[in-house]
Amino acid sequence: MIYARGLVKRFGDFTAVDGIDLEVAPGEAFGFLGPNGAGKSSTMRMISCVSLPTAGELRILGMDPARDGTRIRGRLGVCPQLDTLDPDLNVRENLTTYARYFGISRAEARRRADELLEFARLTEKAASPVEPLSGGMKRRLTIARALVNEPDLVLLDEPTTGLDPQARHLLWERLFRLKQRGTTLVLTTHYMDEAEQLCDRLVVMDGGRIVAEGSPRSLIETYSTPEVVELRFGLEELDGYAGKLEGIGERLDVLPDRILLYAPDGDGAAAEVHRRGVNPSSVLVRRSSLEDVFLHLTGRTLVD
Amino acid sequence: MVTAMVTARLSPGRVGAVMGRNVDALRSGPSYLLVLVSGFFEPVLYLLSIGVGVGSLVGDLTVDGRTLSYAQFVAPAMLAVSAMSGALAETTFNFFFKLKYAKVFDAILATPVRPVEIAFGELGWAMVRGSMYTGAFLVVMTALGLVEPVWALAALPAALLTGLAFGAAGMAVSTLMRGWQDFDLLSTGQFALFLFSGTFSPVRDYPAALEWVVHATPLYHAVELVRALAIGAPGWGQLVNAGYLAAMAVAGLWFAARRVDRKLCV
Repeated sequence: MIYARGLVKRFGDFTAVDGIDLEVAPGEAFGFLGPNGAGKSSTMRMISCVSLPTAGELRILGMDPARDGTRIRGRLGVCPQLDTLDPDLNVRENLTTYARYFGISRAEARRRADELLEFARLTEKAASPVEPLSGGMKRRLTIARALVNEPDLVLLDEPTTGLDPQARHLLWERLFRLKQRGTTLVLTTHYMDEAEQLCDRLVVMDGGRIVAEGSPRSLIETYSTPEVVELRFGLEELDGYAGKLEGIGERLDVLPDRILLYAPDGDGAAAEVHRRGVNPSSVLVRRSSLEDVFLHLTGRTLVD
Repeated sequence: MVTAMVTARLSPGRVGAVMGRNVDALRSGPSYLLVLVSGFFEPVLYLLSIGVGVGSLVGDLTVDGRTLSYAQFVAPAMLAVSAMSGALAETTFNFFFKLKYAKVFDAILATPVRPVEIAFGELGWAMVRGSMYTGAFLVVMTALGLVEPVWALAALPAALLTGLAFGAAGMAVSTLMRGWQDFDLLSTGQFALFLFSGTFSPVRDYPAALEWVVHATPLYHAVELVRALAIGAPGWGQLVNAGYLAAMAVAGLWFAARRVDRKLCV
């Protein structure tokens, strides 16, 4: 579906994407994970054929975006990072009018709109203007709009950023259904849980480069330990404790507000902490997540 | 320039879809409809107040050896003005809003539609809107006995060409706008054209230097072309007027499509 070699995007002096290679197979759910400014959106814009690569090779659905942009876009569904719903149209018209850009007949557009409104759980809102919809509804409508041409490849740029937990879960459930139907999904996110929920395979991007690639599980196995112990110590300096904790588990990270111990056996490590006479104000043993992978790979927490 | 457009292989379906979006938007809200209707009244009010009102003080005047009432002289100019404003309203404010704030074009460019097709579609819609004004205004002129019905028909394509030229130029200018403040400049420019393009008095009465400036501006050519046809006295000079407007339309379209591409496809 997607094939890229040495893909580069520069804006003047600034290099947003600095030579990345990737391949996405049909039916796959593929994710770009990384902080803001990592080059995820620039990559997505190249894949969606609205922005041409500065250098490198890119093939989408076996075609060249520079030559066949129009044909490729006809088979893509794009859900941009910021909602670009049409404020002059109501919910249903946002779907039917959009369908017309793909050359879909009016009758067929109406049929698909009804189906997609059902899918996005917006049937009751069909005649409503777009503006008063909640963030979650707008997002679902944007995703429904991206599906109006029955795309082979759906691109979602930060699909759940800014949504409340309930709205996110509903959206994930809808995306999961798409995935089950065999639609190829490519998404960007800076949420670890989202990547773990939805992606079969992902790349971690940082500074315009790919720093790791694999399934969520394999990335955790490669770059982290099965369990992590989080230690908090009130308001005291943490560096003093780091020395005393040296050697527990495989690795240790001192963050501004807590110390993380990476260990195969979290409870054992926590017991060892107490045995050394260190008494944190709170101890949390949890399974390792992509957040830990990211921290390990980039040396910092995932904050904007 | 023209070849670049032709080789771009426009899809009529996609251009139509961009126009259709505006029809849908119009049907969707009464506010838009109000704006549309109000655009018709402005030149009619000018015609009545100045053409008929002031005209009764001015008396007749002679143009190209013909004696015209002042209202007959002003009415074709108002027709050209209405074609200009109708097209500009659509391709400046509305176009800019869709380009910059509503992100309508960002959404459209993720589909097979290309920038040049957006430009054609938007201009096409501006023409639809402009021709509604033009048609209605010609009916008013004919009803008031200010134009012969046959010459009203002849003036129609001239007014449409005027709309095309100003619509394309307006769209090009809109792509350069930084914010709503810039539209004040545009309005001022538009008003200056409205006053000094031979609309209310013959350009030959202007000081010589100013006359040449006016000859370079677009509304002058539109007024000359429309007026010559409306009073039933077209000459060779009208070919120059028409050529000027056609060139303006092509240049505006080309520039607008290029700018949309440069702005949104990066």
